[in-house]
Amino acid sequence: MSLDEFFVTGDPLIFASQIAIGLTMVGLIALITYLKRWKWLWSEWFTTVDHKKIGIMYILSGVLMFFRGGVDGLLMKAQTSRPELGLLDAQHYDEIFTTHGVIMILFMAMPMLIGIMNVVVPLQIGARDVAFPKLNAFSFWIFFAGAMLFNLSFVIGGSPDAGWTSYFPLAGKEFTPGVGNNYYALSLQIAGIGTLATGINFVVTIIKMRAPGLSWMKLPIFTWSTFITSIIIVAAFPILTIALLYMTLDRLFGTHFFTVAAGGDPMLWLNLFWLWGHPEVYIVVLPAFGMFSEVIATFARKNLYGYKSMVYAVAGIAFLSMLVWVHHFYTMGNSAAVNSIFSLTTMMIAIPTGVKIFNWLFTLRKGRIEFSTAMLWSLAFIPCFTIGGVTGVMLAMAAADYQYHNTMFLVAHFHYVLIPGVVFAVFAALYYWWPKMFGFKLNEKIGKWHFWLFVIGFNMTFMPMFFVGLDGMSRRMYTYAESTGWGAWLGFSAVGSLVMAAGFAALCYNIYWSFRYASRDVGNDPWNARTLEWATASPAPHYNFAVVPEVETLDDFWYKKKKGKTGLKKADLKPVHMPSNSWTPIVLAAAFGLVGFFLVFEWFPLAIISAIGIVVGLVANTFDYDDGYHIPVEELEEEEREWRGDLQ
Amino acid sequence: MTSHTTPLEYQSEQTQMNILGFWVFLGAEIVLFSTLFASYFVLEHNTAGGPAGQDIFILKDVLIETFILLTSSFTSGLAIHSMRNHDKKGLLIWMIVTLLLGAGFLYMEINEFIHYVHEGATIQTSGFTAAFFTLLGTHGAHVTFGIIWISLLLVQLVRRGITVKTSSKLFIASLYWHFLDVVWIFIFTFVYLKGMVM
Ligand code: HEM
Ligand SMILES: [Cu+2]
Repeated sequence: MSLDEFFVTGDPLIFASQIAIGLTMVGLIALITYLKRWKWLWSEWFTTVDHKKIGIMYILSGVLMFFRGGVDGLLMKAQTSRPELGLLDAQHYDEIFTTHGVIMILFMAMPMLIGIMNVVVPLQIGARDVAFPKLNAFSFWIFFAGAMLFNLSFVIGGSPDAGWTSYFPLAGKEFTPGVGNNYYALSLQIAGIGTLATGINFVVTIIKMRAPGLSWMKLPIFTWSTFITSIIIVAAFPILTIALLYMTLDRLFGTHFFTVAAGGDPMLWLNLFWLWGHPEVYIVVLPAFGMFSEVIATFARKNLYGYKSMVYAVAGIAFLSMLVWVHHFYTMGNSAAVNSIFSLTTMMIAIPTGVKIFNWLFTLRKGRIEFSTAMLWSLAFIPCFTIGGVTGVMLAMAAADYQYHNTMFLVAHFHYVLIPGVVFAVFAALYYWWPKMFGFKLNEKIGKWHFWLFVIGFNMTFMPMFFVGLDGMSRRMYTYAESTGWGAWLGFSAVGSLVMAAGFAALCYNIYWSFRYASRDVGNDPWNARTLEWATASPAPHYNFAVVPEVETLDDFWYKKKKGKTGLKKADLKPVHMPSNSWTPIVLAAAFGLVGFFLVFEWFPLAIISAIGIVVGLVANTFDYDDGYHIPVEELEEEEREWRGDLQ
Repeated sequence: MTSHTTPLEYQSEQTQMNILGFWVFLGAEIVLFSTLFASYFVLEHNTAGGPAGQDIFILKDVLIETFILLTSSFTSGLAIHSMRNHDKKGLLIWMIVTLLLGAGFLYMEINEFIHYVHEGATIQTSGFTAAFFTLLGTHGAHVTFGIIWISLLLVQLVRRGITVKTSSKLFIASLYWHFLDVVWIFIFTFVYLKGMVM
């Protein structure tokens, strides 16, 4: 392969990005070297096993990926803002909706949510870390390697272009001969390993590491959602692993899993993809539900209405989520009976979801509501998500879906569930748990700007897409004729996406402003909250809790505060056991990334050589008998004295 | 919490979590192999003019493979039994026997694959061969990984003796080994036997 095949050439937009990426990399490396920060980065971040730092790195990657995916979204909106525009050609539009979809779901939503789970869950259950801290670091780095590999496609070799669903036969080598879809298969595979490991980690953490007295029905609802989400991860991700393995074998080694001529079956891909894909959408939305529940209960100053029914609803949704996958291809030759069954299971999901919506509303009822930014996101979520849910039930009716299938109506629907369900939740969570991570609040005034711009922009962008969809505009169309009459709707929608982008810019400015100017004097419990994570300092010390708290009730911290029982006795302090940092996760992940990269280009000898890195990492890992270290009582005492007035 | 009857490998909180975590991982492995089996059932009859299962399977060899792998599962059980009795030598010997049997299984499986390729059934021949080789290959890769992993654990055992940590690692590895055996029983029944009769 020649060099100009290797680098993507010929497109001024991409050329500019190549230069920008190159310059940014050089600039970053120079800056870190100039500030002499390499050692600090290595020992404080790259080798850390602390769940809070890992969470922060996840969130940071999520924000970066939101930026990338958002720019993709804006480009698509610009291209369709007027009829027959030539900003993007068909090929480029295909690449952009593909990378947009993959990045938003796998490299934006997932790390954002997993990041917040990492920061919050161990604190909520009174644990010192997760069950397997080193595995947790590995999860992050391997996710990061996968994300970087995927993003590389855009400048080296060419982006995938068969949609985020990558249906066969289109995604096969015959119709997409470039390396783009190899990137898809390999980077998702690599990132998926990390997600599976996270799932296992959180299942064990929540089963085994709850504070004494914290029985299942006293568990904060966000921890519950994380637990159930982790179970779905364990149940669903291996299916993706196999589907991607088949895709890789078909593309790289000429097998015939999905090629009809030699006895393969493209519908096998569709079934496997959605057997993972539908549970996946619940993997991203259930933790988000948990976040809203925490925020709503805190700012309504009431305990969550119908706590138990919330738990059963989440479990019910998780169970049903495995039984609905066929609704993604009602139109692709199933019998009427099959379609009817999957219509029913799909509509049944509306029941537990409805239970949750009403529980939130009843929690609000007669509450002393405080309209903080975190709460605003949660309040806006309820109506917006309901629109997404109701249109979802419309799509669930198999007969009607013959009209809606693969139209802009569908695109509007899933953005109405994913953006309120995931993005609003992540924003709410960021405002809410920010002090826990950094020891200061994000500015509430800029926060209101962020909120209003984003919510108004969101509705402006996606509401018109319902109407052009009903009018027959199919998805993934790079342009349309003037005579369709869609120009006005889509022009308005494009303006909306700019408003939304301004909202995101306000968030970035808010982060910058708050880092520089926000008051650092917020105490450990700035929102007067209910759950355990607020019982320790903000930001949480690296050992989380000097003494593991004993839990008596649901919302234990709230009642302890009322009884004035949040103090700490010096006599109770004991040395705390902590895990040591480790270099293996990042090195292993880098080796995986390299192997993936070489496989994308089918450079097998190089791939095998890099695989030695994986072997070395694994061997080093099994011979590692490091038992961690203990923090002495004096150090605990000193750190605790800094923030508590009440160390006796 | 830990009494005298608690086996060594369960005697620290971390090793308890490791073992539970491994069970959860095996749950994921069950989903993984179920997907492979389900795909195999979908593609099983799509031979696209190439050979079908009954044209190429040699039941005698498969029976020997099955016998070897089942025996290795039994010997790994004996190894863990010795471990519980703090019998380091027994543990070591039975694990080595297990590994040798595992290697014998692999040797036969590779020969079997070579035979199929000679018969004109490569992984690229048809939907059936793709699903067949991938299912068996994934199992075989697991066995290979297991052999290397357990060998490394035995080095640690020799160096450190039977401790809470080494015992938990070997216990986990034995769970893994039994799991591969169970998967093989499904392969034997639903791939080979079914393929011979249907
Ligand atoms: C930030 C604002 C966003 C904008 C402006 C936007 C815009 C778009 C547009 C224009 C399309 C393509 C429609 C078509 O031509 O078929 C699209 C597709 C898609 N979007 Fe978004 N989107 C945004 C956020 C998100 C988020 C947050 C997610 C997920 C968490 C998401 C997930 C997807 C997916 C999965 C597709 C389908 C890709 C495909 O067809 O393969 N989007 N989006
Ligand atoms: Cu679905």
